[in-house]
Amino acid sequence: MLAVESITKAHGGTHGRTVLRSVSLTVRAGEYVAVMGESGVGKSTLLNLIAGLDKPDSGRVVVAGEDMCTLDDEAATLLRRRSMGFVFQAFHVLPYLTVAQNVALPLLLNGASRRDAHSRAVAMLAELGMETRHDSLPRELSGGETQRVAIARALVHAPRLILADEPTGNLDPDTAQQVLRLLRERVKAGAAAGTAGLIVTHSALAAATADRILLLTAEGLAPFHAPQATQPSQPAQSTLPTHPTRSEA
Amino acid sequence: MRLVSALLKTLLAGELRAHPGRVALSVIAIAIGVAMGYAVHLINHAALAEFSQATRSLMGAADLEIRGPRTGFDETVYARIASLPQVAEASPVVEVEARLPGQQEALRLFGIDAFRAVAVNPGLVGQPAAKEADGEPQRLDLFDPSAVFLSPAALAWLGLKPGDTLTVQAGLDTVALRVAGSLPAAGEGLRFAVMDIGAAQWRFGRIGLIQRIDLKLAPGVDANAFRRTLPPLLPAGVAAFAPEDKLRVTATLSRAYRVNLDVLALVALFTGAFLVFSTQALSVIRRRTQLALLRALGMTRGGLSRMLLAEGAAQGLAGAVLGIVLGLGLAAAVLRYWGGDLGGGYFPGVRPTLHASVASALGFAALGIAASLAGSLAPAWEAARARPAQALKAGDEETVLRRLSTPWPALGIIVAGAALTQAKPVAGLPVFGYVSVALLLVGAILLMPRLAHWTFAILPSVRHAVPHLAFAQLAGAPGRASIGLAGILASFSLMAAMAIMVASFRDSVDRWLNAVLPAQLYLRTSDTGDTGFFPDAERAAIAATPGVARVEFARANQILLNPRRPAVALIARPIDKRHPEARLALTGPPVEPRAGEPPPVWVSEAMTDLYGMRTGERVMLPIAGRQVAFTVAGVWRDYVRQNGAVVIDLDDYQRASGDSRITDAALWLAPGATTEAVAERLRERLAQRAGHLDITTPGAMREAGLRAFDRSFAVTYLLEAVAIAIGLFGIAASFSAQALARSREFGVLRHVGVTRSQIGAMLALEGALLASLGVVAGCVLGWAIALILVHVVNPQSFHWTMDLSMPWRLLAALALALIAAASLTALASGRRAMSAGAIHAVREDW
Repeated sequence: MLAVESITKAHGGTHGRTVLRSVSLTVRAGEYVAVMGESGVGKSTLLNLIAGLDKPDSGRVVVAGEDMCTLDDEAATLLRRRSMGFVFQAFHVLPYLTVAQNVALPLLLNGASRRDAHSRAVAMLAELGMETRHDSLPRELSGGETQRVAIARALVHAPRLILADEPTGNLDPDTAQQVLRLLRERVKAGAAAGTAGLIVTHSALAAATADRILLLTAEGLAPFHAPQATQPSQPAQSTLPTHPTRSEA
Repeated sequence: MRLVSALLKTLLAGELRAHPGRVALSVIAIAIGVAMGYAVHLINHAALAEFSQATRSLMGAADLEIRGPRTGFDETVYARIASLPQVAEASPVVEVEARLPGQQEALRLFGIDAFRAVAVNPGLVGQPAAKEADGEPQRLDLFDPSAVFLSPAALAWLGLKPGDTLTVQAGLDTVALRVAGSLPAAGEGLRFAVMDIGAAQWRFGRIGLIQRIDLKLAPGVDANAFRRTLPPLLPAGVAAFAPEDKLRVTATLSRAYRVNLDVLALVALFTGAFLVFSTQALSVIRRRTQLALLRALGMTRGGLSRMLLAEGAAQGLAGAVLGIVLGLGLAAAVLRYWGGDLGGGYFPGVRPTLHASVASALGFAALGIAASLAGSLAPAWEAARARPAQALKAGDEETVLRRLSTPWPALGIIVAGAALTQAKPVAGLPVFGYVSVALLLVGAILLMPRLAHWTFAILPSVRHAVPHLAFAQLAGAPGRASIGLAGILASFSLMAAMAIMVASFRDSVDRWLNAVLPAQLYLRTSDTGDTGFFPDAERAAIAATPGVARVEFARANQILLNPRRPAVALIARPIDKRHPEARLALTGPPVEPRAGEPPPVWVSEAMTDLYGMRTGERVMLPIAGRQVAFTVAGVWRDYVRQNGAVVIDLDDYQRASGDSRITDAALWLAPGATTEAVAERLRERLAQRAGHLDITTPGAMREAGLRAFDRSFAVTYLLEAVAIAIGLFGIAASFSAQALARSREFGVLRHVGVTRSQIGAMLALEGALLASLGVVAGCVLGWAIALILVHVVNPQSFHWTMDLSMPWRLLAALALALIAAASLTALASGRRAMSAGAIHAVREDW
């Protein structure tokens, strides 16, 4: 589903600070992968390169068989519109749209009729337990509810790749757990259709919900092997990995 | 306290560093508003001061001036007045506006008795030039009937020097006068000439007549008390003036025009204040979470308000200082290169010097600061009232200005504005008319959030994502949209109001010119002076010219009805008393005096406003020194003489006055005759005298009239253009600020797959929809303001009415241009906002 091949990226041009150095990664259909790392190590940069929002200095990114690096801005946008769903730490729902309108947005962009988009958005919201809030405005929601809306928007058009950037960074531990569970469930539910998920986070608890965990450091991306002891009560924001990985990069 | 002050300074400096362009735009807008207002004030003030100084200097040391109509009054009055014990000295004066062949403007010429004048008005006594042979001044020149003395300004204007010849028209002949010296006491800006009184009476056919008597009263005589005893001793239409009356009349002549220009100049300040409001309101929206944090950290509501008002005041102060400097420079340049007349024709030839007073500079600076503070008031109030906990949440921006979306205060203000249109003028000025326009503007602007909500809520649902997003943004965030909308409304309504008013005025003037110029050819002895007239022989020659089917002769004169007001024009011409509408642009049905009633006169609209004359009433007019009764038979429109005019049938006038002089002739041509051929024959018949005659077609007169109209509106157009330009800057600034405030939204849209061009299209569509609504609302508001300008401000200022004309093509062109400009501005602002990139935008917290 996703293949990242030896990408290098420096901020401030090729002579700037190198953030990613020869990073490679493969995510198969149905797989849910977490990338961990300290702040500033390049996790979000990696996500942006995968989404085609930025170009690597070298290497290539292949999403659903398309080399993102060869696509122009317009084509990358269309691929992102069709095949990807985004979840942000800061939710980023549009304040002037209702909950259902926010969720329906990717469907409308992909050419669905207004009625169809609305009914699918409402159905998706119902699946996420938000069936009574589809006419609300974002400012009327709690943080957890707002993030559910963002997740619904990321999933509603059945993307092949779900990208999540610190999706629980602004949530309390209980809500964070619910959101993480939800994300995993949705990726797995779409596995048959080839859906994959990639979450970048510095939270061990968030990463622990993934099929496998990769650790991004200045040297590159490597499989992460957690210490033996598991602390179930560990706060979601902890930067200490606590869950064993299930596979390798 | 010191800490708070330091914090304020830090925050103010921080905003300036973060958005220098936006702050600079507000400062420049206020500066331009202040500069325009201050410059117009300085120019008008300088011209009026020069004019007043000239008036004062012409009165010299006189305590009173006795003045009659332009045709003069019997000189025996002088002997009667001079012999009164209260009068220490009396100086008779003949005063004519002398037409100079080849000059557009007339020269005021005084005939004085030097022996008398030297005691009362020494400034009018000429300084004879020295004779080359002995170097002694030729004092006898003061009494030489061929000698004339010119003021330094007149010498400079005409390019003459002592010893040269000044040619002046008298009837259709010319009189050559020797420049015998100058009038050094006349001051720099005043053009006039002086000659011996007897010579002036003889040369200009005014034997036995004088125009005024300057009086110096005996010590201890109360001028006002003495003045009250004079009317029984004076012929009708002759009155005594104190110097302050003369100055008041001088000021009254131009007051309405000056006040209108002042108000128009201040419109630029209004749009400047509006620009400050837009930028401050959007800045408060953008900084909502920052401001909420300050509140959370312990800043009081009052402190926050003061901080935001201090921002506005600081911008206002900077703009005011810059504006005063710009205004001074602008006024100095205009006075130097164009003189003191701003197109209204009230101060022709006046080249005053600039006199800036600290008080007026401080006044305009205060206006600039007040405008900026007014623009900051609502955003500061709103920011202070916001609940910090709610404001800290993202997506709360739309709650800003929500309180302003309640329509009732706006509707109340609009109703108050409409009610004030019915109020009477204050001291001859349409004060409530101006207030009404301001209230309508403010009320309509306050109504915009509600209008935006109503309108955009009913936008149709569409399938395509781009219009869907644009419609949703407008419907979902009407508060933010209404800021841009209000800018468009203010600019377009002012544009539309001025366009409608000027079109109405121009069309009315055009129709009026067609109505008052029914003949095919016009002859005038002078349209600038009063020394030209048609002798009897020339009248016969004109009437007998081949190709001339009919001639109507006319006489233009002036009468004085109220010493505190300027003189009224008296026009004597043949009028069909049953059908006066054939020659006059009547505003209502005329009446025909019944048998036994006094003969009819038809008065201009100004006469009804200024003297209360109504159709059917009996009035007394001073004709040839006696009060003569007339019946007001109708009211007519006059776009030339704002101080009033009376039309009287030529036969009635000649019967009442015994004055048979003729100044104008209207010619109807025989079938087959052409204007060119008849004009040529007239020139041949009148031989060399034809050079002192204007022979014009109604087309040429109409063209000249409209040219004068356009010239008088040139400064108006300029001031309006400046105000509109500031308004457009405000729209651009508000779009730009909104686009920047929405950069996070654009980033999210890019993440979910909206292309850059789609975001551009969305913004262009939003801009176009917003501008369309603003244009429609602006058109309605502009029409309402134009109604006030046409039916309240103009009649109350200048005493003339007009019919409403809608310049649809111009309005459509302006509307399309504004909508296109708004779309492009929104698009450009969006491009700028997107330049930061989608990645950065979604990471941005503030």
